[in-house]
Amino acid sequence: MRFNFWNLAKQSLTGHTGWPEQWRDPEPKSAYDVVIIGAGGHGLATAYYLAKEHGIRNVAVMEKGWLGGGNTGRNTTIIRSNYLWEESEAIYEHAMVLWETLSQELNYNVMYSPRGVMMLAHNEQDVRIFKRHVHANRLAGIDNEWLSAEQAKDFCPPLNISPNARYPILGAALQRRGGVARHDAVAWGYARAADRMGVDIIQNCAVTGIHRDHNGVVTGVETTRGEIKTSRLGIAAAGHTSVIMAMAGLHMPLESFPLQALVSEPIKPVLPCVVMSNTTHAYISQSDKGELVIGAGTDQYNSYSQTGSLHITTRTLDAICELFPITRRLRMLRNWGGIVDVTPDRSPIIGLTPAEGLFVNCGWGTGGFKATPGSGHVFAATIAHNQPHPIAAPFSLHRFRTGRLIDEAAAAAVSH
Amino acid sequence: MIQPFRTQIGGLVERWNAIRFTFDGRALIGFKGDTLASALLANGIFLVGRSVKYHRPRGILAAGSEEPNALVRIVRGHGRDTPNLRATQIEIYEGLAAVSQNNFPSLAFDLGAIARLGEKFLLAGFYYKTFMPSLVAWKKLFEPAIRHAAGLGRAPIGEDPDQYANRYAHCDVLIIGAGPAGLAAARAAAATGVRVILCDEQAQMGGSLLADSDTDIEGRPARDWVASLLRDLYRHENIILLPRTTAFGYYADNFVALAERRTDHQSASSYPRERLWQVRAKEVVLATGAIERPLVFPNNDRPGIMLADAARVYLNRYAVRPGTTAIVLAAHDSGYRAALDLHAAGIPIALIADPRETTYNPWVQRAQKAGIRVAAGTEPVNTFGHLRVHTLQTRHGASGTIETHHADLILMAGGWTPTVHLFSQSRGRLRFDEQLGAHVPDISVQRERSAGACRGLFDLNATLEDGHRAGAEAATTSGAASWSHATIPTTIIPIMTGTAALPITGRHAFVDFQNDVTISDIQLALREGFRSVEHVKRYTATGMATDQGKLSNVNTLAVMAQATNRAVADLGLTSFRPPYTPVTFGTLAGLSRGALFDPIRTTPLHTQEAAEGAMFENIGAWKRARYFPKPGEDLHTAVIRECRTVRETVGLFDASTLGKIDVSGPDAALFLDRLYATPLRNLSPGKSRYSIMLTEAGFVMDDGIVARLSETNFHVTTTTGGAARVLAHMEDYLQTEWPWMQVWLTSITEQFAVIALQGPRARDVLQPFLNAIDLASLPHMGVRDFRLCGIPVRLFRVSFTGEIGFEINIPADDGPIVWAQLREAVAGQGGCAYGMETMHVLRAEKGFFIVGQETDGTVIPDDLGFGALGHAKLDFVGKRSLALPHMRAPGRLRLVGLLTEDGTTKLEEGAQITAEARPPPGTKSLGHVTSSYTSAALGRPIALALLANGRTRIGETLNIPMPTGSVVVHVVSPVFIDPEGTRAYG
Ligand SMILES: Cc1cc2nc3c(=O)[nH]c(=O)nc-3n(C[C@H](O)[C@H](O)[C@H](O)COP(=O)(O)OP(=O)(O)OC[C@H]3O[C@@H](n4cnc5c(N)ncnc54)[C@H](O)[C@@H]3O)c2cc1C
Repeated sequence: MRFNFWNLAKQSLTGHTGWPEQWRDPEPKSAYDVVIIGAGGHGLATAYYLAKEHGIRNVAVMEKGWLGGGNTGRNTTIIRSNYLWEESEAIYEHAMVLWETLSQELNYNVMYSPRGVMMLAHNEQDVRIFKRHVHANRLAGIDNEWLSAEQAKDFCPPLNISPNARYPILGAALQRRGGVARHDAVAWGYARAADRMGVDIIQNCAVTGIHRDHNGVVTGVETTRGEIKTSRLGIAAAGHTSVIMAMAGLHMPLESFPLQALVSEPIKPVLPCVVMSNTTHAYISQSDKGELVIGAGTDQYNSYSQTGSLHITTRTLDAICELFPITRRLRMLRNWGGIVDVTPDRSPIIGLTPAEGLFVNCGWGTGGFKATPGSGHVFAATIAHNQPHPIAAPFSLHRFRTGRLIDEAAAAAVSH
Repeated sequence: MIQPFRTQIGGLVERWNAIRFTFDGRALIGFKGDTLASALLANGIFLVGRSVKYHRPRGILAAGSEEPNALVRIVRGHGRDTPNLRATQIEIYEGLAAVSQNNFPSLAFDLGAIARLGEKFLLAGFYYKTFMPSLVAWKKLFEPAIRHAAGLGRAPIGEDPDQYANRYAHCDVLIIGAGPAGLAAARAAAATGVRVILCDEQAQMGGSLLADSDTDIEGRPARDWVASLLRDLYRHENIILLPRTTAFGYYADNFVALAERRTDHQSASSYPRERLWQVRAKEVVLATGAIERPLVFPNNDRPGIMLADAARVYLNRYAVRPGTTAIVLAAHDSGYRAALDLHAAGIPIALIADPRETTYNPWVQRAQKAGIRVAAGTEPVNTFGHLRVHTLQTRHGASGTIETHHADLILMAGGWTPTVHLFSQSRGRLRFDEQLGAHVPDISVQRERSAGACRGLFDLNATLEDGHRAGAEAATTSGAASWSHATIPTTIIPIMTGTAALPITGRHAFVDFQNDVTISDIQLALREGFRSVEHVKRYTATGMATDQGKLSNVNTLAVMAQATNRAVADLGLTSFRPPYTPVTFGTLAGLSRGALFDPIRTTPLHTQEAAEGAMFENIGAWKRARYFPKPGEDLHTAVIRECRTVRETVGLFDASTLGKIDVSGPDAALFLDRLYATPLRNLSPGKSRYSIMLTEAGFVMDDGIVARLSETNFHVTTTTGGAARVLAHMEDYLQTEWPWMQVWLTSITEQFAVIALQGPRARDVLQPFLNAIDLASLPHMGVRDFRLCGIPVRLFRVSFTGEIGFEINIPADDGPIVWAQLREAVAGQGGCAYGMETMHVLRAEKGFFIVGQETDGTVIPDDLGFGALGHAKLDFVGKRSLALPHMRAPGRLRLVGLLTEDGTTKLEEGAQITAEARPPPGTKSLGHVTSSYTSAALGRPIALALLANGRTRIGETLNIPMPTGSVVVHVVSPVFIDPEGTRAYG
């Protein structure tokens, strides 16, 4: 049954008893054309586009927990495409265009809210870097504009632009099309749409091994619910990618860190947009429920523990209280962490691997939610054609051999 | 003014201490010791709030931090207003002003309640299913409407003037919770002499014992026992007692965070409002108690419906009658105890409805003996009453008979949920206890133990004994010399049991009160395929309100179990995340505020520069002098003058912020040679070399001067921003790659003030200070230790301006003296002090790059004109990467100079370079402007840029497309003046 006002109204009269399951809970079959590991946003989107754009519907998505329970369901959902390098602009803008119609495409309100993402400059170096972004983005045809401190305050009234602040705001780069979305709905929307086309989403089923023949070609996976055969295996397991790739004997240039976020108690709307301050390590927006959603930094040490350290959180709140003095008396309601997978150049890895039939999509680190539709879209094409989609090509694993890195972090020092 | 619902006797409130306060503007009186909730009840106010979604009238449900309904805003004047506080935790003070939330125009008549008309539509997840005709409609229409409706209280206006404090503490035993178990533990632990911290979230310690009216412990009434025990504890020097302190987070290695509320219970105070304690404990005792569960049945949310034990607390502790006639729904024996207490206080109990088919139960007998009617096998099926409940319908399970009863107080005793939040945060594993119908601690991971109700013990005697044992054990394992000699407290009280009451389906059967989640919502989620608890939670928002599911978690599981025919134990549990209760941002931020947000780093010469009129800028945490304007000068004119002065005579510059690292040891030369791309092994003592450090990936990471002071000792300088990073990088290699090397690293950044003297007259300034020594004998890049004004200084002959230059490293404390002397001498030569901006212009004129400005983590030495760097060296960090194909591929961005054709336009840093004047969107950039200044020496703007194939493009004409039109530029060499570099050698 389609999701729309009329069906909702009709169901209201009958106690909503007519809604079908949004996705099935199937038993795994013994073989699939494609198996995806990880039912996060990226894995589910990949399955969806495989079915929809490439007609490959005999697909399973394996999930060790519950779908959307990884970083997809833990992130601060900042979406923007004003990246510096052309390769990055291409993939994030590809995603941005898909975001704009995603609710309609999936028939699921993912609440993509283009309320503007504002990145604050606190020193001359920030100014220089953000202006460079603005100019590069303009050339690429991507919206990003420079605001003075006063204009920034007009756009976001609670912002403290006092020149006496410890790190006064010198200006800001604003991407008006940037914004946020409802993370769970993205996972659920893709899951429902993929399921509808025949994709099996198998939850509570961890992949524990990868089978390859004597030529090293992938033949299937071992799971906690038995063996599943496949000749094409796509991995979209974020922070746990290294562990899975090691099952195929491959070592990935990835490090895993806990990254934290928190929300305040819900309050009436005060913050109209997304604000990012990299220099002071704070990211903030207000959810439709009224909670302030705040992103902190990563711990300094590698870990798979989903609890980060307290001092990382307090450091971020120091900054939030400075930027938005009205928040000092508000209260932290929930604080959590996710394991992010970080590459040496802080750009993702999408594409083929040295093992035939094995594809990988990872390394999105602290900023991959925004890429979800675009990443799934190009990863599906890559798997379907056994050859990198043009937008994915620069992000191959191979770049660490050629040295053609795409270093956003060094250029921008912005992580989400 | 009278308090109609205050009892004549009993309670712990100070009847002699009347306190005036207001609620929604209405003037009221309470007593010291009241919470806002108890004071409101005493005044007969039962309607306190509105629910989030349907704006249903809500009253006071609980008596502690689990309260989901009674949230108010406390008004103390703009910056001090605080939304969303629980009336059950607010201690009243003279003048307290509380305002209800989420209603318009008033609490009793709330227009928002029209949402109820749409409630059939507004079931869980409705917003995922509609409002999506288009992005514009969502953005402009639906989302604003949803946002407007959502949210609870309002954020304060203006800045919070209160202070917050922070304290780190270590202890042997941290005891969390000061109920019977915690107190017994504290006594046992303190008796051994170990360092103990005991904290409790309430204002008074004693926990459940404070609401006790008839139990004796060690021969005296429970409350007296508490009071005397606390008196004893206060006398111990080794124990810190922290009331009003919530342990909210349990982190790795027994690191526990506590939030102490210090002044919210006072009208005014000059003390910090709250304090964050970060405690590292050898052993932790969790004595966090248990929380009573509501029953889930239709319209179980009306004002006047309350937890049974909360009613007991209001009566016994706060001397308040929470109603005139009560009905008790007892799925647990504790309901009988509440009924008996209320009955004894003269509140008629119309009925005890017990959904259990009770056979023999001493509690039933006691109730019946008191003349209370007990209906076994009877469950609630509905309630009536708009702003206050007045009627309850029950059904006898076996016969199906429906009965109607009247009461304005309905008490729910749904059993107890052990408070395992902190245990779970500590990563301990839980187990579902069928008999309790709740999760209890199973396997510990950290050095912690649970005692009393939080591990499922509900018999007071057992709890006291358990607490004692836990305290004594914790003390011993933390290193106490002997086993505790304290006595084990004992008491006699009948044991209580209960069964998990099954949720009763029907409309408006609330599971999560604040978020308005009903059984129907959960059933819908299950029907739609949300099987995991986490999914149900996220889809329905149950457990996600500000009470964090303290009352709803187990009931959610019960509803799910019932609907899916599964055992609760198989459903799993959502994770408990910090904080246990919400924590003020200000508390977490503590003192990090304003100037202390990030401590300001100033150089030893800061005062001198300020006296000179410097304008400062932030560079990382440093304040650095950007320029020194004379009266009437702006940045531009000051910099032109400073530049000219340095090139013509001499300038004085504070370079103290540069990172400085002392590298010493037999392998120091080898170590540095491997870390820098520049060869350093053959550097002779007394010489220095400009050196470039690469990342493993081959990109320029830092640069600076490496000076060899002796065979085994080097003085290394780094960029200002790179100081910490470079030291960490060095340590990393030393400790992980070459642990066999004998090298010692010491940061000496702050040991020295560094003054740069640059300009053709630099030597003339310096020479007179150096008595016998001839400066001409110090070659370019030479390093020597001298005495200057009697002070030992380290002199480098280096130039970052292209002029003759010296950098003088002076012991930090002596910096100002030397600055004053040199400043005078410089003035004598017609020179001046100059700042960062001038330094930047001067180096750009020479084509010297700045790490982080010309480089961005993608630039290799060859791009900057250092193509030959390191070729002769066997190995160094980054060398392998430099051999990768991409590093040699055509098209790399190279450092060039740019001159605008018109000779007047100053380019914008970050601007892009294209061939076309009007490039269409999507045009590939050829590069970008990295630095741009007005050059005094050239009398025109100059720029540095990274340009694709830049070196072969010199002479070409390109475009800088700007929103206002394109600027035409000529590509030139990055070295704008003195290309032969003779001036610095003069
Ligand atoms: C706190 C935080 C804040 C963030 N903020 C932002 C932001 O503002 N903007 C942004 O764009 N990005 C942000 N990110 C990053 C973003 O969340 C991720 O990049 C993105 O969601 C990754 O999606 P995914 O589908 O690849 O991974 P996930 O959602 O993590 O999915 C991977 C799945 O793989 C499963 N899995 C792992 N191992 C196995 C196995 N052996 N067998 C079966 N299944 C397995 C996991 O259970 C998981 O469900 C943030 C991340 C965090 C942690």
